[in-house]
Amino acid sequence: MTAVFLGIPTAPAGVGNLRGDRSFPDAARDALRDGQLRANLGHATTTIRGKRAGVVAEVPDWAELREAGRAIKAATMARLDEHLIALEEQVTARGGTVHWARDATEANQIVTALVQATGATEVVKVKSMATQEIGLNEALEAAGIEALETDLAELIVQLGEDKPSHILVPAIHKNRAEIREIFARTIPGVDPHLTDDPRKLAMAAREHLRERFLRARVAVSGANFAVAETGTLAVVESEGNGRMCLTLPQTLITVMGIEKLVPTWRDLEVFLQLLPRSSTGERMNPYTSLWAGITPGDGPQDFHLVLLDNGRTAVLADEVGREALHCIRCSACLNVCPVYERTGGHAYGSVYPGPIGAVLSPQLTGVEDNASLPYASSLCGACYDVCPVAIDIPSILVHLRAEHVEAQTRTTPEAAAFRALSKVMSHPRLWRLAQRAAGLGRFLARGRPTLPAALPPPASAWTRTRDLPTPPAKTFTQQWAEEHGS
Amino acid sequence: MSARDDVLARIRTALGTQQPPTEVARDYRTTDDRPLPELLDVLTDRLEDYQATVHRCAPDAIGPTVTAALHGIPGDVVVAPGVPAQWRPAGAIEDDGRPAVDLTAFAATLTGVTVAVAETGTLVLDASPICGRRALSLLPDVLVCVVTADQVVGSVPEGLARLDPLRPLTMISGPSATSDIELQRVEGVHGPRTLLVVLASD
Repeated sequence: MTAVFLGIPTAPAGVGNLRGDRSFPDAARDALRDGQLRANLGHATTTIRGKRAGVVAEVPDWAELREAGRAIKAATMARLDEHLIALEEQVTARGGTVHWARDATEANQIVTALVQATGATEVVKVKSMATQEIGLNEALEAAGIEALETDLAELIVQLGEDKPSHILVPAIHKNRAEIREIFARTIPGVDPHLTDDPRKLAMAAREHLRERFLRARVAVSGANFAVAETGTLAVVESEGNGRMCLTLPQTLITVMGIEKLVPTWRDLEVFLQLLPRSSTGERMNPYTSLWAGITPGDGPQDFHLVLLDNGRTAVLADEVGREALHCIRCSACLNVCPVYERTGGHAYGSVYPGPIGAVLSPQLTGVEDNASLPYASSLCGACYDVCPVAIDIPSILVHLRAEHVEAQTRTTPEAAAFRALSKVMSHPRLWRLAQRAAGLGRFLARGRPTLPAALPPPASAWTRTRDLPTPPAKTFTQQWAEEHGS
Repeated sequence: MSARDDVLARIRTALGTQQPPTEVARDYRTTDDRPLPELLDVLTDRLEDYQATVHRCAPDAIGPTVTAALHGIPGDVVVAPGVPAQWRPAGAIEDDGRPAVDLTAFAATLTGVTVAVAETGTLVLDASPICGRRALSLLPDVLVCVVTADQVVGSVPEGLARLDPLRPLTMISGPSATSDIELQRVEGVHGPRTLLVVLASD
């Protein structure tokens, strides 16, 4: 069953950051030419892969935790409506206000109106994929409200007028020297002798943001988890910027995808083990904040929870693809992916890059709006192996490729070629002729193991991303006939 | 139709006929049977691994140990209202509920904890009188937490089972840190840059 058939809308175009302006192969080609980018990514992903492997190996029951994580998410999705209603009841009972948003536009309107009602013209933000997805900062800016990102990597991206390229570390594509340059150029009053020592850079960010935290009246956050039975929300972080935003301002607005909830408090015992080890490669992240509604005398006294659909129900309608909603945004799949490691996150066009992005973005937008992403993978399966909730990403990629092929109303050159090939392969005489003809490719290759990459169109669409091997001097059947008689 | 009804209707359409609920197999470890002295050693090791400083002492020596741990830190110490008198260093000021941002005037904070998880080196504060409000353990640059042996459990499941999910909870594993520059961990960003733990056991 697909969302189109059921009439469930996908994430609308023209708002948010789920669609790139170029196809993946075009964007990847430019990224691959950037030697600095490849060096930065190679260094960072190698570091994090090693750390993750070390702390996962420490846990004797990792496989059982992973299976429990998968099962809890599957059970959550099977009763998603009931759990959301329970969450709404609990949050409301504890003094919070729950808002529902069909899509990015509606969520942006809700948050903008809530900020305007406080009279504030600036908000501090905790890093949140959901607000990146809906383009909240742009929407607030259009309403004259400044949104200040407070996560270090998110701040680097914002100050550099750049785009995030990784779920966990949005500035993974920048090295310490580039970050020093951005800080020196954009932070008013920064120490002119600032070095590229990561500790010094972190201190510069602390100085820059300190006063803003203390004067902020409104904060916007995402949520890593929400517990339906208790109304408890969780934000998992490292720096303490999350705690600043969740504790100091008078008003807190949390934007959360509807798939982020877990049914019971006990379920967190699984995810609080799976997430830190998979994402930053730590036994536990430095800070996790949990809160239910409002607490008199402690923290924000005005709490709003915005529940966001924006295509998630369309993903839910696909029995194979819905597993992508189990994602806990750890980014382990990005860090092990041979494609991501070489192209980086910008090539994917969406805020969700890497293997999980390649299955999530096309489903949120409808596969035709991100048609190249299901192909942005060699299907090696490393992503599946490291996924802490065992999302079978390769199978969903293949499923989406099939969906894309079936959606074509006109015959593509590729389809025509395969149809011809099918005919040839089912007729032995034609097949032998074709093999003999292919032997002509040896002239084009001039002794090299692969044919030249630049065949003319339409064959170029195939050869520009694939090496065609030079045909052998003799086919297998010819050799067999010579050696064994026909 | 309201957005709420619309989203709920889409979910029901997407799920189609409801399947029977699936059981979640919890075959992972939910208890840690190691003896307490071993758990205390593991907790110490994990805290130190993430650059916290651990001071071990007997239960009747908490006060002097706190004072010694804070030696050399210039500035005033603020304590959570429920912190026992015998733990408090001389001249410490009790949190009087002043506006949270004014807590930046203090150099250090002293609190207790609710539970400590040995395997991950995690301290949990639950905003009870002995832990104090959340801003208290956030704004001063040095945080001193007193942990008593009866508060130490081995695993994350045992730790969560002791908590009240309706209270504001802060789980702390080492000082504030970031891995945002080249994925290299650096201690000390927006939260307290120094975490001192006084671990009391017989």
